[in-house]
Amino acid sequence: MGSAVDVHRLHFAFTVTFHYLFPQLTMGLALLIVILKTMALRSNDEHYNRAARFWAKIFGINFALGVVTGIPMEFQFGTNWAEFSKTAGGVIGQTLAMEGIFSFFLESSFLGLFLFGEKRLGRIGHWVSAVLVFIGSWLSGYLIVATDAWMQHPTAYHVLPNGEIGLSSFWGLLLNPWALAQYAHNMLGAVQTGCFVMAAVGAFYVLSKREDFYGKTFVRIGVYVGVIAAVLQLMPTGDIQGKLIAEHQPVTLAAMEGLFVSQEGAPLAILGQPDVQKRKLDNPLEIPSMLSFLTYKKWSAHVRGLDSFPESDWPDTIELLYYSYHVMVGLGTAFIAIMGLAAILLWLQKLFETRWMLWLLMLSAPLPYIANTAGWMTAELGRQPWLIYGVMRTVHGVSPRVAAGNAWFTLLGFMGMYTLLSILWLFLVYREIEHGPEVEEMPGTESPALVEA
Amino acid sequence: METLWFCLVAVMVALYVLFDGFDLGAGAIHFLVARTNEERRQVIATIGPVWDGNEVWLLAAGGTLYFAFPLLYASGFSGFYLPLMMVLWLLILRGSAVEFRNHIQSPIWIPFWDFVFSAASLLLAVFFGAALGNVVRGVPLDDSGYFFEPLWTNFRLGDHPGILDWYTILVGVTALLALMMHGSLWVQLKTADAVRDRSARVAAWSWWGVLIFTGLLTMLTFSVQPQVVANFRTWPVGYILPALAIAGLAGVQFELHRGKELNAFLASCTYLLGMLTSVVFGVYPMVLPARNPAYSLTITNAKAGDYGLKIGLIWWVIGMILAAGYFIYVYRTFAGKVPADAAQRADVDSDY
Repeated sequence: MGSAVDVHRLHFAFTVTFHYLFPQLTMGLALLIVILKTMALRSNDEHYNRAARFWAKIFGINFALGVVTGIPMEFQFGTNWAEFSKTAGGVIGQTLAMEGIFSFFLESSFLGLFLFGEKRLGRIGHWVSAVLVFIGSWLSGYLIVATDAWMQHPTAYHVLPNGEIGLSSFWGLLLNPWALAQYAHNMLGAVQTGCFVMAAVGAFYVLSKREDFYGKTFVRIGVYVGVIAAVLQLMPTGDIQGKLIAEHQPVTLAAMEGLFVSQEGAPLAILGQPDVQKRKLDNPLEIPSMLSFLTYKKWSAHVRGLDSFPESDWPDTIELLYYSYHVMVGLGTAFIAIMGLAAILLWLQKLFETRWMLWLLMLSAPLPYIANTAGWMTAELGRQPWLIYGVMRTVHGVSPRVAAGNAWFTLLGFMGMYTLLSILWLFLVYREIEHGPEVEEMPGTESPALVEA
Repeated sequence: METLWFCLVAVMVALYVLFDGFDLGAGAIHFLVARTNEERRQVIATIGPVWDGNEVWLLAAGGTLYFAFPLLYASGFSGFYLPLMMVLWLLILRGSAVEFRNHIQSPIWIPFWDFVFSAASLLLAVFFGAALGNVVRGVPLDDSGYFFEPLWTNFRLGDHPGILDWYTILVGVTALLALMMHGSLWVQLKTADAVRDRSARVAAWSWWGVLIFTGLLTMLTFSVQPQVVANFRTWPVGYILPALAIAGLAGVQFELHRGKELNAFLASCTYLLGMLTSVVFGVYPMVLPARNPAYSLTITNAKAGDYGLKIGLIWWVIGMILAAGYFIYVYRTFAGKVPADAAQRADVDSDY
């Protein structure tokens, strides 16, 4: 942890991990709010509008935190990763600038209208603004994933005479096959966060014997949408991602799976602790030949282990990468079980009497956050030691003039700032949940701009 | 092509200053124009639905700078590392203040966020001004294309300047005064009663401050950055830009006397636009002047590949047309004055 590169890596990792706590919920909720608004429009039932307003308030708090923690992300490419920005800015600057111009303007404009203009816009207009917020936030997600996908699997570029990387095909960058697969997988993760949170709030109301209509509606929407997302998360999107990694980043696959030795009929490690020094997995719990089958659809297929690659190309934190991947897959599997079981109980009309299931739904709310974070850690630790896979190493990307001391100074500053934001976040979201959807705005408690609405 | 992108980035930065400038200014004068909780709520309500969209101009301008002039983005952002990080912290605090102030009605909660909002706005105005001052003065770039500026050294314009020296502090103060004027004209336009009257008074005295500091700064700038003099000599047509600034500043006073609040605000926009474009014109073709002119970053050595710049132009134009459409729609929807008292408010948002 002494070198400047390590501090800059931690700096970005910390700020982006914290930032992504908010967009994963808002992207998921944006979809669910559109569903609620559509139900309101179709059924003419004012309850659904109240439900949408309730979630819009929680959305608003998370969106604001997503904005203020997101601005540092765009700056840090330049402040902490200047060599990378100088070299690759001509390519990834495209997607980053497009995010600002195409999605942030759309999102911020119509969120203001959605939150503060319900009366002025009318029923249809308000529904349209909800849809536009949804489109804006999902477009933003695509452009960021496309940026990361280019770092994972660079396409559509050429090296200019001065050593910088130039774009050679706009559509090649935007339609990078890696981006399409990663986007589908990532957005399903965000939808699951939205669903688990909505279902958890619903379960909390049902268990507390309050907000009956809303509690049951939230559980229903959360579970039905959640079970679809949970299944699609594994098949086909997770599977496609795995195949892309096997094909383009085989050393990453070996490290993720903790496969030190190349072999035919490679086993799939379910549990176990990697010992990189001794190059083995301690206490392994494995399914024989499963990794070969999952990767190549052939039980006896040869899978390359870490020993097939020079050590200089190994990801530099194999242990953390291994655990991130296993946490993601383990939780993803658990989500299918939880949401699947809840959906069956709903279908049998027994869920609202099954208290332990409601408890499970309520307590599961933090899990998709962990799974999404672990998923991103798998992607980014797996990309190491490359910043742009196969093109530029991470050590060559940092700002040459920003000393470790300055990076520590600002990292500590962000840590303090984000601790305060975390407390604020929990406090404000808890207050909205405690108030519930039925409570009308008290004079003076509404958001500032309601004044104009 | 690179000159075109230089102009486009400059336009985006200018739009950021015009838009976010009025809400920063409103924050800076928050305690001067609003005394009670109700009045302070009114000031924040004038920027509530739009501040977030205004700040997007910063992101959009930063992103455009990134892909059009990657070396400038890399060198400038890493060189201004410390002040930029502080700007980020201030933006985080300020955004939180605007969004969360009204969530809880408490004599502890509200004054706390009012203070955070105002202090962060004020400091941001000074920081942005100082940043502009650094660009005009030039930074200690060397042959690697990089530099790192400490926050301050000896406050002089030597070969090892800090972010803050007497010149950049002066620009920071001018920026604060200009945004206070801009913000008070906005608040005056959007409010009635006591807040409006106090804003009018702030606008009046800050106008004199802007006049004096702008004159002083202009004279000093000619000696600090010789390129400015050279550019105006080479292309006398450029005098139109400072003329725009002067016309705008005069227009503020003129329109205020006629009682046209919207025109006065637009005149202030014209002043800011004229000032910023004058600066940009003055340093062209440099994008980041160096203390040693040999190492300056110019539009030619900092630009990205030609294909990217060409393709970028297509989507940039489309995106800007869309963004302009949203802005016009949002500002029209929220047009008009913000009502002052609670009774009126209950009336207007009766559907909540």
